[in-house]
Amino acid sequence: MSWFIGIMALATIALVAGLILGFAAIRFRVESDPIVEQIDNLLPQTQCGQCGYPGCRPYAEAIANGDELNKCPPGGQATIDQLADLLGREAKPLDEAHGEEAQKTVAVIREDECIGCTKCIQACPVDAILGAAKQMHTVIADECTGCDLCVEPCPVDCIDMVPVATKPERWKWQLDQIPVNVIDASKAASAESASKAS
Amino acid sequence: MAIDISATSKLWSFPGGIHPPERKAPANMTAIQRFPLPPVLFIPLRQHAGEPGELCVAVGDYVLKGQPLTIPGVDNGLPVHASTSGTITAIQQHPLNHPSGLTGLTLCLEPDGKDAWYPRQPIANIDAISQREVLQHLQAMGIAGLGGAGFPTARKVAGARNIDVLIINGVECEPYIVSDDRLMREHAGEILAGSLLLQKLTSAKQLVIAIEDNKPEAAAAFAAAIHDSNATDTDTTELKGAAAVLKIVPTRYPSGGEKQLIQILTGKQVPVRGLPADIGILMQNVGTAFAVARAIHHGEPLLERVVTITGEAVHQPGTAWALLGTPIEYLLAQSGFRAQEKKQRVIMGGPMMGFTVTNLQIPVIKTTNCILAPSQKELAPAEAEMACIRCGACEIACPASLLPQQLQWLAKAKDYDGLKQHNLADCIECGACAYVCPSQIPLVQYYRQAKAEIREQAIEQQKAEIARQRFEARQARLEREKEERLAKHKKAAEARKAAQAAQAARQTESSTDGEQDPVKAALARVKAKKAQQDRGVEPAKSEQKDAVAAAVARAKAKKAERDANAESTPATTEKKDAVAAAVARAKAKKAERERLAKLEAENIGDSENKQNATNNKGNENS
Repeated sequence: MSWFIGIMALATIALVAGLILGFAAIRFRVESDPIVEQIDNLLPQTQCGQCGYPGCRPYAEAIANGDELNKCPPGGQATIDQLADLLGREAKPLDEAHGEEAQKTVAVIREDECIGCTKCIQACPVDAILGAAKQMHTVIADECTGCDLCVEPCPVDCIDMVPVATKPERWKWQLDQIPVNVIDASKAASAESASKAS
Repeated sequence: MAIDISATSKLWSFPGGIHPPERKAPANMTAIQRFPLPPVLFIPLRQHAGEPGELCVAVGDYVLKGQPLTIPGVDNGLPVHASTSGTITAIQQHPLNHPSGLTGLTLCLEPDGKDAWYPRQPIANIDAISQREVLQHLQAMGIAGLGGAGFPTARKVAGARNIDVLIINGVECEPYIVSDDRLMREHAGEILAGSLLLQKLTSAKQLVIAIEDNKPEAAAAFAAAIHDSNATDTDTTELKGAAAVLKIVPTRYPSGGEKQLIQILTGKQVPVRGLPADIGILMQNVGTAFAVARAIHHGEPLLERVVTITGEAVHQPGTAWALLGTPIEYLLAQSGFRAQEKKQRVIMGGPMMGFTVTNLQIPVIKTTNCILAPSQKELAPAEAEMACIRCGACEIACPASLLPQQLQWLAKAKDYDGLKQHNLADCIECGACAYVCPSQIPLVQYYRQAKAEIREQAIEQQKAEIARQRFEARQARLEREKEERLAKHKKAAEARKAAQAAQAARQTESSTDGEQDPVKAALARVKAKKAQQDRGVEPAKSEQKDAVAAAVARAKAKKAERDANAESTPATTEKKDAVAAAVARAKAKKAERERLAKLEAENIGDSENKQNATNNKGNENS
């Protein structure tokens, strides 16, 4: 009889625990971030298509389905490392076939030469070009991702990719990159004498 | 728990800190000078934290002293003003007062020497107008925090709620710098007036003025000013009760840091990622208080500030009222600067937190407190970095209770998540850790780079998020447009079909009019025929059935006939028998023939043998 009590007790505990767990699984369900979303968040969102997919999200989906991580030149090695970290895969060097990690650029339209064909507007993946047919176009520099996609369609080649200028508030304290400027003592002295004369 | 600070209340302490040589003399020995107007002023459009405003003057304009040159932009920043009257000669890129040595848009103002004022609008009675209007006035006067970061004062005051204590910071703990010291000695009364205005604006219950104990003259000047104000301001009795408290704090670097000074005075720590306002404290620099007093009582914008010009390479070290925009080369020249050695350094700010300038044409801006031209002997240039020996001296010195050594390893490994976990953001970049480091590691440099990288990543992340939203919005738009186009095509096709049908209907309608009777008649005939056919379907069905039955019967008959044919097989057997008989006959005949042939062959063989024998005989004979 004792064995029966033991089995019954265990069965009861199992049933109660199972009910609690089952309830908790439904009641406290956490909507986990789908892996595609997580990958997409790591990608630089330039929408440049250098990976061979029409945008960052399609590439994120491809990675989730097993594509290589090293096809994103704008993201560079940092993005590859982050993706490898996220997915637990091996971080490979950037695939040169898709381009090289280059300096960040922004598209600039030489506005005098623009004929207003709207081809670049159609090419821009983030709608960062303003303009209308037969009107001059211009790039919203803050929204431009530097993807190069507008350069090819331009029939008059009036779009330049210009490196983004460093602003003081975004300077990265690379003291070794400041041009060394030896302060000229004689110049300072002459300035002094000039000011004293005045 | 409300904070209560009295003249005798306990002073607390903050962890770490260092005691570098102060070297405040001899710069603090002389009164604040006023140099002649410089030949040109370089006024950068952006002088405070935030975006620059929009230009409201053009090249060639004549401007008066105190005239606004920019209008605050979308982020509600601060305007810049003409520091003196003169002509705008250029608006161009000019080296900025920034460690990077980068250039920025700068107004070049050529003074005319008249120093003619733009109309000033002082506020006569601060009680008559709302706090908001006073803050707008402070913003229009371009008042920024003169202690360090240059944060707009009006915004700082507006953002502060439920302030218990307003602390006026006159600690000035960094070596060499004596600007606030001289200002306090000479203008204690006006600083106090400004402090009381700030107290009124913030509704702070208490006003505390903190001065380091190495500035007894400044402390004495303040004590006298407080005494005077209590004696004279008999009408402001409500303030009298809560008159300013003067606190003398022990000299230790960096006790002038906002968080450190709060800890010294109240024993409370500003929460991580929090502001002093979160614990009911607001801090302002003495220079800011002075500027507030000038702006409200005299209607003067922030046009000049006290700058310390010191170091062994300067012959007459001291302090000076420098117009904002004055090139530092001019200030140095006025103070008798002689480069001591080939690699003469000029440091903007103090030796602990300052940076070496790359160009002497950079202007004085709102946050410029010191120009230091040290000799090599006085301030040895940075030596080669050596390996960390894990001595832990930096951890003892750190006033923010961080782990500088660990931060250094993480910064070198570019482990930005690790740096965030180790609260790099709480580093005030005071340089105490680098000062005590026996291996000459430029620790603060590592932290600054790491902070810049973290900030850059955050900006990039934000930009990526915006780009993603724009991309998705565009995709959605393209999809929608495609659908709309398809819908339009479909609609157009339907419309075309409807139009055709309508035309046909119109034609038939018009035919009823009698003109095309033959056509109508033909149609009617066709219809009638069809109707007849439809009617004839019923009887035809039974006929069809009969036909099928007949066909089946025929097929059966055919089959029966075939069977009958099959019964005529005896004829074929006869034939077969005949064939068999014929075969038998043929066989018998063949057998007979074979037998006869055998017999014949035997006969022939006998005779031949005989013949052969006789032939052999005949041969032998021949």
